[in-house]
Amino acid sequence: MATKTKDILFKPVFENNPIALQILGICSALAVTSSMKVSLVMAIALTLVTAFSSMFVSMIRNHIPSSIRIIVQMTIIASLVIVVDQILKAVAYDISKQLSVFVGLIITNCIVMGRAEAYAMKNPPVASFLDGIGNGLGYSAMLMTLAVIRELFGSGKLFGFEILTTVSNGGWYVPNGLLLLPPSAFFLIGLVIWALRSWKKSQVEAPEYKIAANSGKGETA
Amino acid sequence: MASNDSTSKTIIVALALCIVCSVFVSTAAVMLRPAQQANKNLDRKTNILAAAGLLKQGVSIDEQFESVTTRAVDLTTGKFTDAVDVASYDQRKASKDPVMSQDLGEADIAKIGRRANYALVYIIKGDSGIDKVILPIKGYGLWSTLYGFVALESDLNTVAGLGFYEHAETPGLGGEVDNPLWKAKWVGKKAYDENNHAVLSVIKGSVDSSRPEAVHQVDGLSGATLTSRGVDNLVKFWMGENGFAPFLANLRAGES
Repeated sequence: MATKTKDILFKPVFENNPIALQILGICSALAVTSSMKVSLVMAIALTLVTAFSSMFVSMIRNHIPSSIRIIVQMTIIASLVIVVDQILKAVAYDISKQLSVFVGLIITNCIVMGRAEAYAMKNPPVASFLDGIGNGLGYSAMLMTLAVIRELFGSGKLFGFEILTTVSNGGWYVPNGLLLLPPSAFFLIGLVIWALRSWKKSQVEAPEYKIAANSGKGETA
Repeated sequence: MASNDSTSKTIIVALALCIVCSVFVSTAAVMLRPAQQANKNLDRKTNILAAAGLLKQGVSIDEQFESVTTRAVDLTTGKFTDAVDVASYDQRKASKDPVMSQDLGEADIAKIGRRANYALVYIIKGDSGIDKVILPIKGYGLWSTLYGFVALESDLNTVAGLGFYEHAETPGLGGEVDNPLWKAKWVGKKAYDENNHAVLSVIKGSVDSSRPEAVHQVDGLSGATLTSRGVDNLVKFWMGENGFAPFLANLRAGES
């Protein structure tokens, strides 16, 4: 049981990362990772929502009519997200302002629904809760990796503290503006996936088709 | 589990879920509302003080805000008004309400569409009358509407501070409107020339400090021509006849 718990919790971090392998939740990973503080709050919010929604879905899984199961999951997820949004507005107003619509968009984050549909519908509540935490951790790990790179090289800071003094503040470091823009996260995610798959070969998918060998005749149509 | 899919079970599950979720959500919303309201007020006060360059670290915002008087101003006549309640008036909402605002038409250089009839201004009283006046400003940059405040010294001409608290300009380029070094360039600039024309502007490139008009000019942001132009327009608008010029003229004439 102990190893199973550990598996549920930590497999999603490297082995089955929701962003790197399942390719879920890319949109918010692009949007919020330009600063570490915001990413951390987003990661925590998503982890909690995933864990609790999986738990609640799992608790009532035997009573959910299959014809409305997606709506039921959405209702539970949406309620949790609204509550998280309200709590953030009450206790961390500055950060909730920076996250703006992205907290609300946790509702549409594919990780949350993906786990509810794929795991919580078939497993008991505690395991579902841990599965949610685990996938949240996988998402968080990816988010923080991106945020460290983007904030450090994009604005010379980590968690808002100046590490590399930028030129505009009288230092020497010329910040890379591209890293503050969403597309940079796309490139970084690509690089991380490449690194991860070089390390864990089992994640490499079999190619769907092969390019035929060059016939060597140089014919043109 | 075939009974799960019966019509009655489906309706019961849907209803029960909706009731449980709505109770859950509304409880959270009602319980947290006071804290959220307090945060919103605190945020607004912080923005006002920060724009005026008066924000001190370590002192509570409410304490710092005590010296500030909030008044409503009729922008057309430029006079103080009691037509709206300053505690509950929401200028942003009013500028969308056809009754509370007017269409600017040709005069709309800041691209804000409609302008509210009333604006809230914040006056800091000193030992001898007005010490500083803080005015709300807004206008369109490259991607977004910039919302901010400009603070004027007691001569109602010298800028004491300018800052934006909400915008979505490109980080690192237009987003540099938040850079403290750039904001510092506004301090000490004069909004009006000797004929009381609003001449404060953001120029392209650096200001040549040897020229006489340098006192009315601020460096543009490099790499952010359109955001700089937007800031230029919005400052011209709010300092001009459709903005706060009538109010400042009245205030200068000694009426309050």
